Amino acid sequence: MTPEEVVVAIKDIIQTIAPDEEVDGLDMNERLRDQIELDSMDFLDIVMELRKLYGVQVPEEDYKELGTLQGCVDYLGPKLADKELHCASRA
Amino acid sequence: MTHSDEIPRPRGERDVRYFKGSTDGKRPLTKDPLEGAASAYDLVVIGSGLGGLTAANVLGRAGHGVALLEQHYNFGGLATWFRRKGGHTFDISLHGFPIGMKKTCRKYWTQEIADSIEQLDGVRFDNPQFSFETEFTRVDFTNKLVDVFGLERAKVEAFYDELRRMDFFDPTTETTGELLERCFPGRNDVHRLLMEPISYANGSTLDDPAISYGIVFSNFMSKGVYTFSGGTDTLIKKMKAELVANGVEIFNSVLVDKIVIEESPMGERRVAGVEALGRFIAAKAVVSNANVLTTVHKLVGAAHFDPDFVAKAGKVRLNTSSCQVYMGVRDGAELPWVTDLLFTSTRPTFTSESLCDFHGESRTFSFYYPKTRPQGRPRYSVVSSTNARWEDWAELDQAAYDAAKDKLAADTLACLEGYVPGVGGLIDHVEVATPRTFAFYTEHPTGTSFGTKFEGLEVSTQLPDEIGGLFHAGSVGIIMSGWLGAANYGAICANKVDAWLYSLAEVSA
Repeated sequence: MTPEEVVVAIKDIIQTIAPDEEVDGLDMNERLRDQIELDSMDFLDIVMELRKLYGVQVPEEDYKELGTLQGCVDYLGPKLADKELHCASRA
Repeated sequence: MTHSDEIPRPRGERDVRYFKGSTDGKRPLTKDPLEGAASAYDLVVIGSGLGGLTAANVLGRAGHGVALLEQHYNFGGLATWFRRKGGHTFDISLHGFPIGMKKTCRKYWTQEIADSIEQLDGVRFDNPQFSFETEFTRVDFTNKLVDVFGLERAKVEAFYDELRRMDFFDPTTETTGELLERCFPGRNDVHRLLMEPISYANGSTLDDPAISYGIVFSNFMSKGVYTFSGGTDTLIKKMKAELVANGVEIFNSVLVDKIVIEESPMGERRVAGVEALGRFIAAKAVVSNANVLTTVHKLVGAAHFDPDFVAKAGKVRLNTSSCQVYMGVRDGAELPWVTDLLFTSTRPTFTSESLCDFHGESRTFSFYYPKTRPQGRPRYSVVSSTNARWEDWAELDQAAYDAAKDKLAADTLACLEGYVPGVGGLIDHVEVATPRTFAFYTEHPTGTSFGTKFEGLEVSTQLPDEIGGLFHAGSVGIIMSGWLGAANYGAICANKVDAWLYSLAEVSA
């Protein structure tokens, strides 16, 4: 997965968890929870989806790395480099 | 020391024969409740409260092999109901929960379940300090605090903002009482408005940590009170169907005796499975939705934990129990509209202790109108709830116990008469539940209906560090209590179980 695809993957997961939120225009560097309604339970769901879809384990102490889309790319990029993108919302 | 030495068992109720052929008052088994069960699962969930149900559903949906074992014949834990002659159905805890339950049900259950969650039309307070109807929203509470209580709007907004900013991971040592006194000094009436609904919802008191209050208040007293249209029975029926659709195998009337622990030569402890009805069922993970102290002392046994952990668990205080009075309106009769949820008290001022008074002057009334079950015949019932202490009820002999229950029923009916004149003539079924009743049906020590005090949360979340594959998703820590707290805690637990099962699969791959 390229960094661009990591963003697509994350936005796709967010869309399944928060279907009423608009994810297309999300800023890369602003905190996700400041842009859309995402609570701490939603972040747990994102972590669980990452494990289910891509086999990526995010330990609890690293949850803070997923605060922004850029943070997701930086943290998940290496872990997802050899994975294929599949979109949960269209699965 | 055995479990029974540490946690008192109910007296009285154990001797009553509710069912023909029963020796312990419970329904005798006529067939093998574990018929069709496999010998091994990825995960066994013990208990089907909303925490156990939600954990089982999330993990079943994720593709794990899950068995759910419930000791009672109904699933749902205290999200339950019962029927009585005359066509009565009584809901135990249906009114009400915060709006967040809608999102939780959509994410961890189905859109259909979420869509049946509806806001209550009326919530009312009536006590010597104030009396009004409220929408139970931040806007309406703010207006009441300004217009009725005469507070400055800025001070009220500042209070709300302070609660929103509270950080669970950086808590202060302040108690809820200290917080309320600091923000609204000398205003017992304001404290009553801000605390009473929370105390009834989760058994917390002014002595509990401000952080637990802040989290619950921000969720609960913000956007109204909600209920499940169709009744608790419909909700649980839909949840059972969803569990089965997700491949979860569900078994009722199965009381688990033991969580079996294996120890490696290196001294590492791990769950091996559970023992129930004389059978061993292997499991890579076990989620206990039993009380956390029951889990440590009875299901696992103190010998399987580090002594330091056992000592820490020994300091966990159980929360209080409840008394309820169920009043059924006879078929064909109508109850005039009062409100959906009424917080009433004749006490001049507010204290936390008074909500647990043996024959209290404070109670809530949940009014259930035909809209509760639009699918059925139009029926009415009223359920009164008070918080209650096990110690007040545990040692009464049968005659004193019966007399105390009769007095509670009479006091409650007299109080209701003040809101619905002539209500006694409409009601043809009255029944009382006490902490002993809650202990009997839930198997919770001292009949606790709200789990444990704050410190129980740490013990609950540390179980997997003590024993690999052992998880807890029961009501703990005040914040993981009530319908929303319990269901969310089940989902939090499911994420940890999923990570554990994934790591086991990685090791063996």
